[in-house]
Amino acid sequence: MSVVAIVDFLPIAAERVGGALGQTDQQNLLPARELQAMSFIVHIPLVCFGIALPAMFMFVEGLYLRTGNPVYKALAKRWSKVALVLFAVGVVTGTILSFEFGLLWPNFTATFGSVFGLAFALEGISFFVEAIFIAIYVYGWDSLSRGAHFLVGIPVVISGVTGSMTVIAVNGWMNDPGGFDVVGGKVVNPRPFQALFGGNVWHELVHMYLAGYLVVGFLIAGFYGRRWISGRRDLHTRTALVVGLSFAALAAPVQVIVGDWSARTVADNQPVKLASFEGLQQTTKGAPFHLGGYYSKADGGGVKAGVPIPRLLSLLAFHNPNATVKGIDTVPAADRPPVNVVRTSFLTMVSIGTALMALGLFFVAVWWRKGRLPESRWFYRALVAAGPLALLALICGWVTTEVGRQPWVVYGFFRTQQAVTDAGGLWIAFTVMFVVYAALTAATVWLLRRLPSTPARSEAPEAA
Amino acid sequence: MSLALVSLVLVMAGLAAYAVLAGADFGAGLWDLTAGGATRGGRIRGMVQRSMSPVWEANHVWLIFVLVVLWTAFPTVFGSVFSTLYVPLFLAIGGIIFRGTAFALRGHATTIGEARVLGATFALASLLVPFCLGAALGGIASGRVPVGNATGDLWSSWLNPTSLTVGVLGVVTGAHLAAVFMAADSVRAGLPDLQRAFRTRALLSGVIAGAVAIGALPVLASDAPDLFAGLDHGGGLACVVVSGLAGAATLGLVAAGRFGAARATAAGAVSAVVAGWAVAQSPYLLAGELTLDQAAAPHATLIAMLVSLGIGAIVLVPSLALLYRLVLNGTLDQEYEPLDQRFKP
Repeated sequence: MSVVAIVDFLPIAAERVGGALGQTDQQNLLPARELQAMSFIVHIPLVCFGIALPAMFMFVEGLYLRTGNPVYKALAKRWSKVALVLFAVGVVTGTILSFEFGLLWPNFTATFGSVFGLAFALEGISFFVEAIFIAIYVYGWDSLSRGAHFLVGIPVVISGVTGSMTVIAVNGWMNDPGGFDVVGGKVVNPRPFQALFGGNVWHELVHMYLAGYLVVGFLIAGFYGRRWISGRRDLHTRTALVVGLSFAALAAPVQVIVGDWSARTVADNQPVKLASFEGLQQTTKGAPFHLGGYYSKADGGGVKAGVPIPRLLSLLAFHNPNATVKGIDTVPAADRPPVNVVRTSFLTMVSIGTALMALGLFFVAVWWRKGRLPESRWFYRALVAAGPLALLALICGWVTTEVGRQPWVVYGFFRTQQAVTDAGGLWIAFTVMFVVYAALTAATVWLLRRLPSTPARSEAPEAA
Repeated sequence: MSLALVSLVLVMAGLAAYAVLAGADFGAGLWDLTAGGATRGGRIRGMVQRSMSPVWEANHVWLIFVLVVLWTAFPTVFGSVFSTLYVPLFLAIGGIIFRGTAFALRGHATTIGEARVLGATFALASLLVPFCLGAALGGIASGRVPVGNATGDLWSSWLNPTSLTVGVLGVVTGAHLAAVFMAADSVRAGLPDLQRAFRTRALLSGVIAGAVAIGALPVLASDAPDLFAGLDHGGGLACVVVSGLAGAATLGLVAAGRFGAARATAAGAVSAVVAGWAVAQSPYLLAGELTLDQAAAPHATLIAMLVSLGIGAIVLVPSLALLYRLVLNGTLDQEYEPLDQRFKP
């Protein structure tokens, strides 16, 4: 589907596809969306660990192989155990997501499964490979040879990449659909490979990937930074701190560049979503960008109480301060996303991303010039906050793109309200799942926060 | 063999793998639950923890595999089944969350109290999941899922004689498989007391599973006559006979202490039930509503999926083989430790 075609039909051709399971009565839309959002908020941080932690423990194991220093082995082993627990939790929360394709959105899957399903078949393979090799890696520390053990880790890293790639490919497709035709309201002639590798996949993948390194890198750096500043300056703590911090500090500036790439792609593919980032009501040449404030529909619509920076939106979206940016009112009211949710999430993400970049660059500058870790207490205080903030930015990023996609589940073709289940009682399900997720999160955090500091018997002799 | 049939065979093979491998993991939960107090049950629970740890995640992925192949190849079936049967399936995912998380976290518990709470959660959830999934399958098998968005009955679609029978069968066959597998693991670990304990459990649960399976036949005859009609002749009957013989052989092998061979026959008995279901329901995926050919996604989708899975299998099959080889030859075995002993100072 070309960019031009989507933009052109949007205002005129809503409801292009009818659901394979017929019309829905739509009453479940809100609880279904909230339950789906909650499920993602629990699962996505675990995905970050799946993406980033294997590369980190492999890096530390590499240090062990080069130096033979058992401290590195103990650290890599520790992290791999944490990774296994988080992988286990990710396995179950990921299973919930796959069930929700049917439990919440049966008409979406029934209508478009033949188009996008392939990605999940590929994801299933990746998931299998990851599960197999992470188990061999963690349970094979003492029984496999050093070289064999390192090799076993490589598929874990690779399958983490391919697994998230295929899932993100589906999200990219939902935002920029292609690879099928519509005849008489029915989806026909699916071309699954074409569907999965459309224009949105690559920037979303890289953006998510770096976000994984930022979140995990800063969470680890914050955890060990607190130990470092409290005086536990041993090699174990120092290595953990430097590895986490380095991954995050290197990812942060690149993330800003990738974010720019993402924004420009959105400007091309989903102009209404881009307009919602700012709250731009009318199509404007040299459009400004407001910091703070809120979007209001009063007086024809626009941002109130914000600080305008002239021409910034045009510059961000098209790298041209005089470019014309399409406004929200280029589509009927029924086709617009909830602007304030999108806008607030976007601003939060960008603000945090910028701050994290500054923090990362400060570390790199100190390391470069003085060859040591920063000494300032403020740096470590910032570091403790950086992990949770990175997590918040990640979630805001997903809210930006997913709420910005509304009211469509398949952008321009199929509305979210057409996709939802007709089964009742979803608020009950939401409430139950809320309690379940709260218990899951509390138990996981409770047990894991001790794991890096309690001496495990199997590691103690080496780590001492 | 049509592409649709190949896709269905993949779904059923995945389901059989899940029923055998993950079924045994759920069954381990039953033995964990019934092992007794912290001290008396410590030895059984130590073996449960040790046997399941390296494999349960990979075993669980078979469920994901079944779902994704189903929604790619038979999207209407997936949407209809999940919207009508959402109550047992919601219960199942609740159980899946608690089972997996509690099991993974129990490995890192630092007090017996924590281990007890996590263990009870793991064990109870291990009963809930196979029952609910079995009940959902029973709803499909007995023709209670119409095509449409939640158009089947909310309750009777899974609270009916067939569903209850299949649910119970899911729980007891899992328990039987678990006992057989862990008896073999106990031999490898050189723990004769556990070998005896699991042998007894395997025999007991095997007799119960057999009784439930035989008892299921008259239930099906009255509650799901169309399905039953597919089981009393031809391929369906052959599957029933194979399952019965494999089950009987398992009991004999367990009694003789030949647990390695019993693993294979027990797996065969369960797989034959899954195959028999598919054969008996043929040509329908949703009884009386949707045949295999009507339900199948367009040709291009099936080709893309089968080619991708074929390429994936080049990686996956040797990987799985490596995992199970390392498990069965003891490379991934951790030192055996009764669960309660971990918390002794």
